[in-house]
Amino acid sequence: MLRLEPRGEFSRAWTYGSPLLAIVLTLITTALIFAILGKDPGQALYTFFIKPLTTSDSASELLVKASPLILIATGLSLGFRANVWNIGAEGQYTLGALAGGGLGLWFNNSHSGLVIPAMIVAGVLGGMAWAAIPAWLRTRFNANEILTSLMLTYVAQLILIYLVTGPWRDPQGYGFPQSEMFNDVATIPILISGTRLHLGVLIALLVVGLAWLLLGKSLVGFQLKVLGQAPRAARYAGFSNNKLIWFSLLLGGGLAGAAGLFEVSGPVGQLTSQISPGYGFTAIIVAFLGRLHPVGVLFAGLLLALSYLGGEAAQIDLGLPGAVTGIFQGILLFYLLGCDILIHYRLRFGRPRTTLGTAARPAA
Amino acid sequence: MSFVWIVPVLLSVVSAATPLLLAATGELVTEKSGVLNLGIEGMMLVGAVIGFAVTMTTGSSILGVAAAALAGAALAGAFAILTQLLLANQVATGLALAILGTGLSALIGKSYVGVALTPLPKLSLPILSGLPFIGPILFHQDFLVYASFALLAGVSWFLYRTHAGLVLRAIGDSHEAAHAIGYRVVAIRFAAILFGGLCSGLAGGYMSLSYTPMWAENMTAGRGWIALALVVFATWRPARLLFGAYLFGGITILQLHVQGLGIAIPSQFLSMLPYLATILVLVLISRDSAKIRLNAPACLGKRFHATG
Repeated sequence: MLRLEPRGEFSRAWTYGSPLLAIVLTLITTALIFAILGKDPGQALYTFFIKPLTTSDSASELLVKASPLILIATGLSLGFRANVWNIGAEGQYTLGALAGGGLGLWFNNSHSGLVIPAMIVAGVLGGMAWAAIPAWLRTRFNANEILTSLMLTYVAQLILIYLVTGPWRDPQGYGFPQSEMFNDVATIPILISGTRLHLGVLIALLVVGLAWLLLGKSLVGFQLKVLGQAPRAARYAGFSNNKLIWFSLLLGGGLAGAAGLFEVSGPVGQLTSQISPGYGFTAIIVAFLGRLHPVGVLFAGLLLALSYLGGEAAQIDLGLPGAVTGIFQGILLFYLLGCDILIHYRLRFGRPRTTLGTAARPAA
Repeated sequence: MSFVWIVPVLLSVVSAATPLLLAATGELVTEKSGVLNLGIEGMMLVGAVIGFAVTMTTGSSILGVAAAALAGAALAGAFAILTQLLLANQVATGLALAILGTGLSALIGKSYVGVALTPLPKLSLPILSGLPFIGPILFHQDFLVYASFALLAGVSWFLYRTHAGLVLRAIGDSHEAAHAIGYRVVAIRFAAILFGGLCSGLAGGYMSLSYTPMWAENMTAGRGWIALALVVFATWRPARLLFGAYLFGGITILQLHVQGLGIAIPSQFLSMLPYLATILVLVLISRDSAKIRLNAPACLGKRFHATG
């Protein structure tokens, strides 16, 4: 019979092999779903995953879609390493968009070069402020940050709807739930004219580099890793759990806030009731698929960005519902978590050779 | 002053509390066995859409409710395979379940958006429903409301009055010891997870067949997460779960009636109430960390793998 045998030490090969295996399994499953929906699987897979890469602007579009995912997931992955489960990035993204975007609307008719930098700062601070609430509730009152950060996401969405249907609604907007468009003064600069590649994309790439340094070379990066893998050792070493909770949440919130600001002041161009196709949740998948490592997050962000582009293409070309993107993302995470067993265990057939009945403790 | 309005208000409290109670009861059993399944929201959504679709196609709400429950259990089964057999992280897998369920339900429900359905029939209990005041509130409801009470009572009895319930709690508190005695930890947890999924599916079915008899994307609006918070709020005790679910049902309904009373607050702020209240009760309960430590199953969320 099939059983699991502990490897003793974790397999580096499977750390990287597991995401690849998960992607292959997800593609097979997605093809099956396409077939069930009555589409030719080959053509559907092509439309979903290849066609978006064949247009002249595909590289820039992919980066534009990937940058919010990469920004958010980089922040989340550092927290996840320390078992700080901030799953409210979507709300922090929204608050960043509101804080920075609100400032942009306020100075929309001015002519200062300082508006953009101020908006970025406000976006980061907005996201940080929203993440500070679960951090405070967790460190002060021991309240579970998973639930509080998620509840705050619903609250953030309602604040957004209130503002764009109320005080911030464009008077000339025919009653649509949206603010006026940002003028040039409040629009994130485009890096290469003719594309939508904006400053935020560059910053996202920079953040990946900085996070890599932080994780690999700094004390706080080391502390985050130890706290996640060996909480008791971290305690004996005198690492402050509370400080790391604050650090991870503020970092994650700030980066999510920046992502929100870049999105509204870049590709979206205004505040509307729909400013995110679920970037904050997809970023959770990006973080895991990227092995909670900044460089991995970069690649995972590009793949998941492709699933958004592919979802749009499949909607237009094949009439597939947009929800296919969500399914793809969910299945991918499912398979990934399943395949990760191969990092610590190997599959064996037949009975165990030894009869030692010791309970194994993976990743204790 | 007349209090006639209070009966319909309390009726709506019952409807708002029922899905929370159903989902939280299931999660209570799962967590008592030491497993944390964060995916309630996903299981509820899939339950809601499957229940709706089956009722639409077959015309039988009984079949619809059964299908909703089974759909919830099927998703829970996937969670169980990952966390129990493949030892995946429970928090991450639960999140994956929530994301997958949201996408899956949106895909399945595409052709049902905006279609209305006759709500589940109300069943009057003889004699009791004739009681003044409480009669119409408690004894003239659809069968899922009665089921939610029965389920809670059954779970309470099972956990604290049966041997099997004792075993389940023992596994939740110390899987190593339970395994050493010879109890089948993985099998029992598997069953507890499936039961949780069944209840979440029922809760979803209640949403789309009775609460608002229609399907809309994300129609559960965070109730799955609120149900999770309720289990903490109840410090893992069934009786307090009942109180918590009705408290939150009340808060949900409050927002609908405050505006009727002529208080001018933008509706979005009222809609925030259940979410803010969830945070508030979590804080109130969790601030006493000894209370949580004493009541939470000691192995909650931990992996278990036995060799040999």
